[in-house]
Amino acid sequence: MAITIDEAVPGPATDDAPPARRRGGRGRMVVEVLLLTALAVAMLFPVLWMLETSIKENRDVYAVPAKFFGFDLTLDHYKDVFVARGGGRSDLSGSFLNSVVVAGASTVLATVLGVPAAWAYSRFTLKAKKDQLFFILSTRFMPPVVVVIPIFLMYRTLGLIDTKLGLVLIYAAFNVPFTIWMMKGFVDEVPAEYEDAAMLDGYTRLQAFWRVTLPLLVPGIAATAVFALIFSWNEFVFAVFLTSSQEVRTAPPAIAGLIGGTTVDWGLVAASAVVFAVPVLVFAYLVRKHLVAGVTLGAVRR
Amino acid sequence: MTTTTDHPVQEASAAPPPAPGRSPRLTDRRLALVFISPAMLLLLTMSVFPLLWALYLSFTDYSATRDAPADFVGLGNYTTILTSPEVWQRALTTLVYVTGAVALQTVLGFGIAYLISRRARGRGVLTTLFLVPMMLSPVVVGLFWKFMLDAQFGVINSMLGSLGLGQVEWLTRQRTALLSLIVVDTWQWTPFIMLIALAGLTAVPAYLYEAASIDRASEWFRFRHITLPLVWPLLLIAVMFRAIEAFRLFDLVYILTSGGPGVSTETLSFHVYKVAFLGFNTGLASAYGILMVLVVIVLAQIYLRYLNKLKEG
Repeated sequence: MAITIDEAVPGPATDDAPPARRRGGRGRMVVEVLLLTALAVAMLFPVLWMLETSIKENRDVYAVPAKFFGFDLTLDHYKDVFVARGGGRSDLSGSFLNSVVVAGASTVLATVLGVPAAWAYSRFTLKAKKDQLFFILSTRFMPPVVVVIPIFLMYRTLGLIDTKLGLVLIYAAFNVPFTIWMMKGFVDEVPAEYEDAAMLDGYTRLQAFWRVTLPLLVPGIAATAVFALIFSWNEFVFAVFLTSSQEVRTAPPAIAGLIGGTTVDWGLVAASAVVFAVPVLVFAYLVRKHLVAGVTLGAVRR
Repeated sequence: MTTTTDHPVQEASAAPPPAPGRSPRLTDRRLALVFISPAMLLLLTMSVFPLLWALYLSFTDYSATRDAPADFVGLGNYTTILTSPEVWQRALTTLVYVTGAVALQTVLGFGIAYLISRRARGRGVLTTLFLVPMMLSPVVVGLFWKFMLDAQFGVINSMLGSLGLGQVEWLTRQRTALLSLIVVDTWQWTPFIMLIALAGLTAVPAYLYEAASIDRASEWFRFRHITLPLVWPLLLIAVMFRAIEAFRLFDLVYILTSGGPGVSTETLSFHVYKVAFLGFNTGLASAYGILMVLVVIVLAQIYLRYLNKLKEG
């Protein structure tokens, strides 16, 4: 299931470990640093370019050749993201609000369902436990375009098409496997002896879980929930096929919709993309310690 | 999910013979059931049931826009798909895309991780910076790049122009469109491979390198015989994970090229979408879907088996 990387390797020891650097000589180090810088620039350039576009005057946005410096600054694009042309709230800001509601609610649901299940999988001997866990993870690998066809028909029958509830349910289902795998790792780290001791003191198993283990799991739950939040926030395929009205539409399809017309207001696209991405980056920074586990759906831990 | 903490628990609860009469294991089992079944129920209704429905539809000529009841056509849809040269064309496109993107990401990601792991200072900052693309939504990434690759006022062509090179119609030419898609996917997911490779690289015990340098082993020897064997298993996990994800890819194609020009960037995922939501040939699309799911299941099984072997080994 999961691989654990031994963290016992002392940090400082690895830091001054490679004597090769000294032996390899200065030239080589310079080359390595230059290479790393070049790669970092290549990786970050698109992000910086988008930031720059979002604060450029329109005529500079479409300037040929592109203006890297010396453009006129404006915050109009950001204003357009939130305020409609004629005053009042813009459609995009409504979509952002929908995204907050849908991502938040689905994360809560996935956490409430996933955490107890993870605890049970960690603590009890169950029939075909490994198979169950693998089954759970494999549902996460289904191609969304394929799943969306029967889900679409199912929702149409149930009247869940174009409702926030429909999106919340599918996102929760999509985050539960992740929550279980990720949380099982955290539960495994809490010694079961704590619960045994509590049970000797007269607690029931349930009370031991609730009073002893759960409080210790809070940091893990927070990290897991943040990842679930990011996944739901970024999700596009289900959002675009299962919703259509302005009242329900979340931000990803709304932003993608900005490029549908004949002329594209790239300044607005850039500004809304930045507004959309900033919360994700902030949250990702908060859970940076758990990134390896988070992005592999809890399969690889360090 | 470490084995080390996993086992003592079970042994501790299994070792003493259960007290006669009031067995605590029974309540434990009930508790496990209560805790697990809601999550399982959600997965069964939202993942398994839809899949079974798709399986049923794949044997019919059902169309989501027609009111007529579905007629049973047996394996008709499957034979249509498997004998259609169009589908093989899409499969080839998908294969080129998956192989190209994953190979590039692996080489670049491992390279960056290796370079970062050799730096004594600034590792944290560097890693964080490199990880930014991965956290962004494919929608945002797709739009970023669509703008940058624009033939008229895109910054890429502008830079090529100032270098004295010709303009390239990145997303609207048969040859370059798939390449652009691979480049964008590589840009977004190289950090993923980097992150996991870095986790492996920093876990290589320093004493191995010390021993090797005492033996005056060459740099290449150390890389080949110490670094690579220790990082390889983890790297393979990352590669398999990415391959599955790339195979499922839909959003980037949808935003960047919509499968065009012609069908040059139409991956299997995108083709399923066209059949299902533009052609409304639901039965046929379901059959496509089931076949894709089979491929994913096979890939995922290999992945999970390997993960399991790695954990036990």
